[in-house]
Amino acid sequence: MSQILGNFAALTPQMVVMWAIGAIMIYLAIKKEMEPTLLLPMGFGCILCNLPNSGAVEVLETLFQAGVANELFPLLLFIGIGAMIDFGPLLADPKLLLFGAAAQFGIFFTLSMSSLFGFELRDAASIAIIGAADGPTSIFVSNMLQSNYTAAIIVAAYSYMALVPIVQPFCIKLITTKKERMIRMEYTPGKIGKGTRILFPIVVTMIAGLVSPDSVALVGVLLFGNLLRECGVLRSLSECAQNVLANLISLMLGLTVAVRMQAESFLVPETLMILGLGLVAFMFDTFGGVLFGKLINVFSKKKINPMIGAAGISAFPMSSRVIAKMAKDEDPYNFILMQAAGANVAGQVASVIAGGIILAMVGPLV
Amino acid sequence: MKLDFAAFVGSLRFMGEGMLTIFGVMAVIIAVIYALNRATSHNE
Repeated sequence: MSQILGNFAALTPQMVVMWAIGAIMIYLAIKKEMEPTLLLPMGFGCILCNLPNSGAVEVLETLFQAGVANELFPLLLFIGIGAMIDFGPLLADPKLLLFGAAAQFGIFFTLSMSSLFGFELRDAASIAIIGAADGPTSIFVSNMLQSNYTAAIIVAAYSYMALVPIVQPFCIKLITTKKERMIRMEYTPGKIGKGTRILFPIVVTMIAGLVSPDSVALVGVLLFGNLLRECGVLRSLSECAQNVLANLISLMLGLTVAVRMQAESFLVPETLMILGLGLVAFMFDTFGGVLFGKLINVFSKKKINPMIGAAGISAFPMSSRVIAKMAKDEDPYNFILMQAAGANVAGQVASVIAGGIILAMVGPLV
Repeated sequence: MKLDFAAFVGSLRFMGEGMLTIFGVMAVIIAVIYALNRATSHNE
């Protein structure tokens, strides 16, 4: 009896706050269907790890050390993500890669802002990578840099990925006119040879690896997954990667990350700052992509809809659908989904390469 | 909250280097894709 009462005595108000945070994440996952694959396990794991003397902490910590601390889970997940990506729209119009590059501006801007707010370089760079809009990249980079705030960074990354339908339209409408949002774009589907589809992942891995050897693991597994898809002779492995592997790892990842959401380490002022800076990263990614599109229009006779620049973030396929919907809302006959999808896929490549650049620049200094 | 302007100014070089590098890498990949498209269209 005294043991049971002792457990109640060990309950703190901070733990109750974390229960509420877990409940909010579960609500967003189920009711609003916002990134349920991750928010639901994270939300439930948050509750599990914030019960007094919780027996789940040791188990989840073991899983964390086995799969997150050594970057194994994010890398395995990336195989699945790579197998899901169709690079066709990008290969048909490779210039869309420039939008992918422009939409990573938020990462580097947030690095400076995080430094301004007093975060040490390893943490500033890890916070900045929230702007990659890519969970595995955020986990990988923050682990490699041994950031003190990995849990908050992961929560921010996945939460803002789920909030893309709210954040991006707001940002786009701030810096574009209705006339610009109504610009129509012609889509001419190019025929992409099978050879290109097979050589693309191999060649890009080599290029990215030469620029940043630390990123080879990340870029390589993403494009390995894509090669499984495109080679045409490993359909069962490709389907396994897209479905079984991706779902299994997502399940494990969500639960195990929650072990870093224990009240005493999570409920600190820095967590709130990280959530704010994560929002800054997403917003400036959007601004960067759209402003690049507007810059192109200054010099180009053939106008592009600057909104596709916003699709250059890595939140695939949500961002491209948001942009396409915004275009249709302005003009019901304006179909820019394929161009937005091309930019969105470019963002997948660009975000991973940006992660590699961060590791190459900041890694030796920390 | 104390703002660290020295760290902010020092970090600006990462912004410049980072954006230049990523655009450079993308430009190389674009060139590679065009080359691959050209090479594979000859063969098919």
